[in-house]
Amino acid sequence: MTFGLGVSAIGQGLLWATLGLGLFLTFRILDFPDMTVEGTFPMGAAACVAAINHGISPIWATLIAIGVGMLCGLATGLLYTKGKIPILLAGILVMTAAYSVNLRIMGRSNLTLLDKPTLLKLPFLEHLPMYFDSVMLGFVVITILTLVLIYFLQTELGQAFIATGDNEKMARSLGIKTDSMKIMGLMVSNGVIGLGGALVAQNDGYADVNMGIGVIVIALASIIIGEVAFGELTMNQRLVAVTLGSILYRFVLLIVLRLGFNTNDLKLFSSVVLALCMMLPVFRNVFNFKHIWKRGVSTDE
Amino acid sequence: MSKPILELRHVVTKVNRNTPEELTLLKDLNLTINEGDFITVLGSNGAGKSTLFNSIAGNLPIDSGDILLRGESIAHESEERRTRFLSRVFQDPKLGTAPRMTVAENLLLATKRGERRRLTPRHLNAHMAEFKKLTSGMGNGLDERLTTPTGNLSGGQRQALSFLMATLRKPDILLLDEHTAALDPKTSQQLMTTTNERITAENLTCLMITHHLDDALKYGNRLIVIGNGQITFDVSGAEKQALTQETLYSFFSDLQD
Repeated sequence: MTFGLGVSAIGQGLLWATLGLGLFLTFRILDFPDMTVEGTFPMGAAACVAAINHGISPIWATLIAIGVGMLCGLATGLLYTKGKIPILLAGILVMTAAYSVNLRIMGRSNLTLLDKPTLLKLPFLEHLPMYFDSVMLGFVVITILTLVLIYFLQTELGQAFIATGDNEKMARSLGIKTDSMKIMGLMVSNGVIGLGGALVAQNDGYADVNMGIGVIVIALASIIIGEVAFGELTMNQRLVAVTLGSILYRFVLLIVLRLGFNTNDLKLFSSVVLALCMMLPVFRNVFNFKHIWKRGVSTDE
Repeated sequence: MSKPILELRHVVTKVNRNTPEELTLLKDLNLTINEGDFITVLGSNGAGKSTLFNSIAGNLPIDSGDILLRGESIAHESEERRTRFLSRVFQDPKLGTAPRMTVAENLLLATKRGERRRLTPRHLNAHMAEFKKLTSGMGNGLDERLTTPTGNLSGGQRQALSFLMATLRKPDILLLDEHTAALDPKTSQQLMTTTNERITAENLTCLMITHHLDDALKYGNRLIVIGNGQITFDVSGAEKQALTQETLYSFFSDLQD
């Protein structure tokens, strides 16, 4: 029982890590919070489930989810760069609009995949024991995704993308089209998050129009927990840390549930965990543990 | 007589267009820059020095007039496109480099100034030897810190790096906007010396804004003063050599009235 839950947590952590990786591109590299993800994630799920229900193969349905995710990113990117709308608001606008689009895509507020083919029923996953299929699928997807991102960030284009987030004025003075970089970053990021929505929906067996609520907190949690747990890292290591952070986060949730809280409390806990992790540097300064310790043992004060 | 490389003809630049706060910063400014000119630019605060640079670089659109590079108008080219022939160093050391990227990564970005960035590997290691040689010429320990994020460098090292990045690919026009002003006197002098050496050695065409009258006199073959949005004083060659700080200062202070 406990072992099964542990394996399930790893599987969930791997599948949800796509969100963390997607958001990493905007939150950590471009250095802004992209709220679009709350609309992109359910849209990826909705598009994938609706496509499978229309008889499209799970692989194509997942690719469609990536495509609609990229369109959401394009919309936010255009509002932000060409429309000069602040990024937070641009994201919220697209996220809100996405809610209606998602209802249109599914025709109602939720749609199941009962008895339908999914990626988890692919031949090489079908005969794995319970929960091991999602671990395997998550592992394959995350490995490919991480390698692609590592390659991309080491290309000339990827370096220009990093420079845009690091110092926009300098990037422009070197001839980097910073608006294009931001739009590209938002498209890739939201494409990856659409992929996350498709994977989670296929794993859970349904898509729900409300499944996007609070996902940005989950994505941020995997990024921040990874950073808090592993400290100073190179860019490539940081990408891997996001996935490990996502798995750690699932174990935190598991412990919370074991303590007797129910699933309704999870969003509260997610926010508290994230807030605490983000406040860690402040706590370190306020309490200044080292200082207190030194004062406690020194005699000449 | 060398060829003109950049010409500004009747350039007018305004800010806050069509609002009650509309201000005309450049007022029918004319300037011809010849190939190989090293021009020091003086002027009181608000005279239009930075506006002149921003108009040349394309950060500020000009309202009328024309800017010509080797006879062809560039007035309507975007800031990004103009980086193919133009580079600049800002006053603030924070503006010239990407803080989370290493010194070598910053230099690598600069090797592609104005070019399309492709999905091809960046080949950082292939450039390391070249970067090592380049940075060791600055004489401030930059060559020891190629793999350090630039955010951890001193202001002087960052400005030296910004200058290297601006000249790594030889620009047709180099704009230096008080690039030594934020540094301590010794570091400032050191960077000014290396700046002069590199500009002379590479025969770069350069405009340098400065508030140091002695720097303005000591360096360059030409000196211009900008006052109230126009060029009010322009000397070069032997005439510039003959200038003294006193004559310049009296002239310079007249402007401020």
